[in-house]
Amino acid sequence: MGTITLAQVTKSFGDVEVIPPLDLEINDGEFVVFVGPSGCGKSTLLRLIAGLEDVTSGLIRIDGTDATALPPARRSLAMVFQSYALYPHMSVRKNIGFPLKMAGMNAAEADKRINAAAKVLNLTDYLDRRPGQLSGGQRQRVAIGRAIVREPSAFLFDEPLSNLDAALRVNMRLEISELHQTLKTTMVYVTHDQVEAMTMADKIVVLHAGVIEQVGSPLELYNKPRNKFVAGFIGSPKMNFLQGAPAAEHNAHSIGIRPEHLTLSVDDGAWPGTVGVAEHLGSDTFLHVDSGAHGILNIRTSGEVDLHHGDKVFLTPDPARLHRFDASGLTL
Amino acid sequence: MVTAHSRTAARLMISPAVVLLLGWMIIPLSMTIYFSFLRYNLLSPGMEEWAGLTNYRYFLTDPAFFAALTNTLLLVGGVLLITVVGGTALAVLLDQPMWGQGIVRILVIAPFFVMPTVSALVWKNMFMNPVNGLFAHAFKAVGLQPFDFLSHAPLMSIILIVSWQWLPFATLILLTAMQSLDQEQQEAAEMDGAGVLSRFIYLTIPHLTRAITVVILIQTIFLLSVFAEILVTTNGGPGTASTNLTYLVYAQSLLQFDVGGGSAGGIVAVILANIVAIFLMRMIGKNLDT
Repeated sequence: MGTITLAQVTKSFGDVEVIPPLDLEINDGEFVVFVGPSGCGKSTLLRLIAGLEDVTSGLIRIDGTDATALPPARRSLAMVFQSYALYPHMSVRKNIGFPLKMAGMNAAEADKRINAAAKVLNLTDYLDRRPGQLSGGQRQRVAIGRAIVREPSAFLFDEPLSNLDAALRVNMRLEISELHQTLKTTMVYVTHDQVEAMTMADKIVVLHAGVIEQVGSPLELYNKPRNKFVAGFIGSPKMNFLQGAPAAEHNAHSIGIRPEHLTLSVDDGAWPGTVGVAEHLGSDTFLHVDSGAHGILNIRTSGEVDLHHGDKVFLTPDPARLHRFDASGLTL
Repeated sequence: MVTAHSRTAARLMISPAVVLLLGWMIIPLSMTIYFSFLRYNLLSPGMEEWAGLTNYRYFLTDPAFFAALTNTLLLVGGVLLITVVGGTALAVLLDQPMWGQGIVRILVIAPFFVMPTVSALVWKNMFMNPVNGLFAHAFKAVGLQPFDFLSHAPLMSIILIVSWQWLPFATLILLTAMQSLDQEQQEAAEMDGAGVLSRFIYLTIPHLTRAITVVILIQTIFLLSVFAEILVTTNGGPGTASTNLTYLVYAQSLLQFDVGGGSAGGIVAVILANIVAIFLMRMIGKNLDT
């Protein structure tokens, strides 16, 4: 079991309210990702769930029971920290076994669990090393191992991949997703990286200034963003926003079109422009096109396009994939 | 880029300092060794003669020597125990967020700035004096007989005074170490179900071992040569109850005017200090490695 319910939860530091009243339902076995720009309160929210911060008001229910006032250890949650927070003077085995030791589990049973966790995480050969002798990815796995031996009802991840290099990050992303498939335990994952959110999540919670902007599956957020913030935050490269005449054509205050939904042509189209920077990635080409009154537009096109700085092009939006927003930024 | 030329130049330029330092150490040491083999008494000047190992034999068979050796070890051990345990406790307290933290920290460091003679005199006359001392007043206030610390528990009193001086040092070093303890580690341990005590035992203490070894090393060096506190309070007495090796060497050479015997004692003290140092370095080498 691993359902977590937040009801009217708020958090203030002194006079500053970082999280205005907030409701959220996390179902059993779900992989939920909190995503948002730095300082949006996503880590604070995770720490509230973990019990490392006290809520100012509101209720947190874990598995149906009120956990608002419970100390972190009694919430049956396990957390993986950004800095891994391994105990430097203990061997990997002792690090992983620490929560079991604290729970007073007998040595034989603890050993069995440690070995099982080490096997799942490919750490069997490193059990007698100290954290200082491990690479970043291995440390990360030890931190995850320390979380899984407790067999918690939910895992909390606080930006666990941000200290790894890009290649390793992609790897660990897969490993965590696979772990979720194996364990089928609820996971709550905090990140500022929308690619991580899109690739791993069953359900994404987009946060902005402590407020939940939208909750939904990755494709829901991509296809039907509730407002301009979500539309701009999800998707890479970012969605293009236009105001004025082209928006008025569609009876909107502003319109948004994703870079992949613009068609490029060298001789005819809706919006003329000049190519600025062209980023050739091989599989794709990202073009920054200066279209005068409409500003700089991003466009994503195939890798074969041979356009360079200063070339004249025409862009045509796919009318079916156009997003319309009103003056307050809400989707129409 | 270090070239052969610049290395030679560097050696040339540091050599005066090295020669000076070596001379500073070697000359007194060799003179002390030389004196320790002489029958050399200040009361009969010009009568120095070769004595062989006689001085050593007298010094090492002197009952005062064993008393002094025990006292030295008790003094060093006692002060280390009080300062390390007390320093850790104080560091834990001072690490808590509280109002007026800055001022409290400065006040805690203050005893370290008081010179040993002054602090010993203050303790002797204002606290431990059996007639006018603060402790005497306190004892009388609750209807007890005042206790004459310096004559009935002289070594204990000196340990107390020296501990008071060195406690700030230990506290300061341990507090700095405490502040570098990773917050996320503490939180992880909290999530893992470790209570305050378990976190102290499994996280704080291992984190502090390095700092504690440094405290022990530095303090041992200084505590082996405690002198001023004994001179101004008990004069090593009553009898030899508060005489340590340093004080015994002083008494031998400047109170009994036996420079030869005093030198022999000095050399014995140097050898003992080196034995302690070897043990300490081994212990620390192990601790500082990881």
